[in-house]
Amino acid sequence: MASSAEITSQEYISHHLTNAKMCMADGGVAFNYACADAGFWTLHIDTLGWSVFLGMVFLYIFRSVAKKAQAGVPGKLQCAIEMVVEFVNDSVKSSFHGNNPVIAPLALTIFVWVLLMNAMDWVPVDLIPTLAGLIGINYIKSVPTTDINMTLALALGVFWLIIYYSIKVKGVGGFIKELSVQPFGHWTLYPVNFVLEVVTLLARPLSLALRLFGNLYAGELIFILIATMGVWQIFGPHFLWAAFHLLVIPLQAFIFMTLTIVYLSLAHEDH
Amino acid sequence: MNVNVTFISEMIAFVVFVLFCMKFVWPPLIGAIEARQKTIADGLAASDRAAKDLALAQEKATAQLKEAKAQAAEIVEAAKKREAQLIEEAAEKAQAEKDKILAAGHAEIESERNRAKEELRKQVAVLAVAGAEKILERSIDAAAHSDILDKLVAEL
Repeated sequence: MASSAEITSQEYISHHLTNAKMCMADGGVAFNYACADAGFWTLHIDTLGWSVFLGMVFLYIFRSVAKKAQAGVPGKLQCAIEMVVEFVNDSVKSSFHGNNPVIAPLALTIFVWVLLMNAMDWVPVDLIPTLAGLIGINYIKSVPTTDINMTLALALGVFWLIIYYSIKVKGVGGFIKELSVQPFGHWTLYPVNFVLEVVTLLARPLSLALRLFGNLYAGELIFILIATMGVWQIFGPHFLWAAFHLLVIPLQAFIFMTLTIVYLSLAHEDH
Repeated sequence: MNVNVTFISEMIAFVVFVLFCMKFVWPPLIGAIEARQKTIADGLAASDRAAKDLALAQEKATAQLKEAKAQAAEIVEAAKKREAQLIEEAAEKAQAEKDKILAAGHAEIESERNRAKEELRKQVAVLAVAGAEKILERSIDAAAHSDILDKLVAEL
């Protein structure tokens, strides 16, 4: 692809980093370049499609096991699924000490879903765009977590839960008080405290979203750069970078899950 | 890379997935895991109990065996004692029987001798009278001299 005479490396890279867009234009559905002016009302159908597909894969596998789950001797698939469930459950129990039926399923969903979406990074960068090109789809980005919309949606989903549980556990007054009385103890500094703490609070979803996005986007970018090497990539760089992602991909999913649990656990703490 | 409506759709998808996971995935899985953990814990506890019971039973069996041995030894001892006693008793009885038989024999012999003595004495008296008759060549009035004869008999 990269060696193809018609496209330069730069075009190749920007092509691979462009989402498939969809929008309403001129009273009908329009795609890609036609959506240049749609602004906020542009939909990345590749991000949405892949993420929903992967989420369904996750839920389908887990649900099919859960339906047949029995306390007796488990099958091999049930063992594997239970390992994941126990891993998440242990993570939740180690940092969250309240009794909340939402946290553990939330953590499981985040962990497996993000893991699957990240794992799309291992798919060779040209495979899916080439296949999609055959059926007339010009742009497709197959790693949903390299789209800031995806990671921000996850992070803000968590953020609303932080706000919800903070207010539910401490009340509006208690929540505001918690934001105001620290780090400085004197009452004259409470407004300063409040500004600082609100920034801290807002930084949480932002850092969650940007950490995941940044890691995966950078990883994908390097994969694409390696792909521009043409045939030489198979002698090392691609393999090495993919092997390195054995660390990056689960680690980012794990970090997202753990921070979610920690933030929600902080939201439940009443001082 | 700009934020757009994708973000809202993803958030809806996220909420739906989490709710589905919460309702249909997590509870049966964690339920199965916890039920199995309980089964295993119960099994381990039962095996612990069984091991303890076994140890206790062994201890009991050993104690009973010991007791039985002691009892057996006691019985053997008693039997030996009884045996010795029986032998002694039998010996005593035999001795007594022997003594009795001997005494009876002695008594019979004595009476027999006495009878023979008496007989002899009488015969000697008759012989003496007959001898005296022959010596005197005359008949002695037996009635007149019976006192002398009786005296003679008594002296024999």
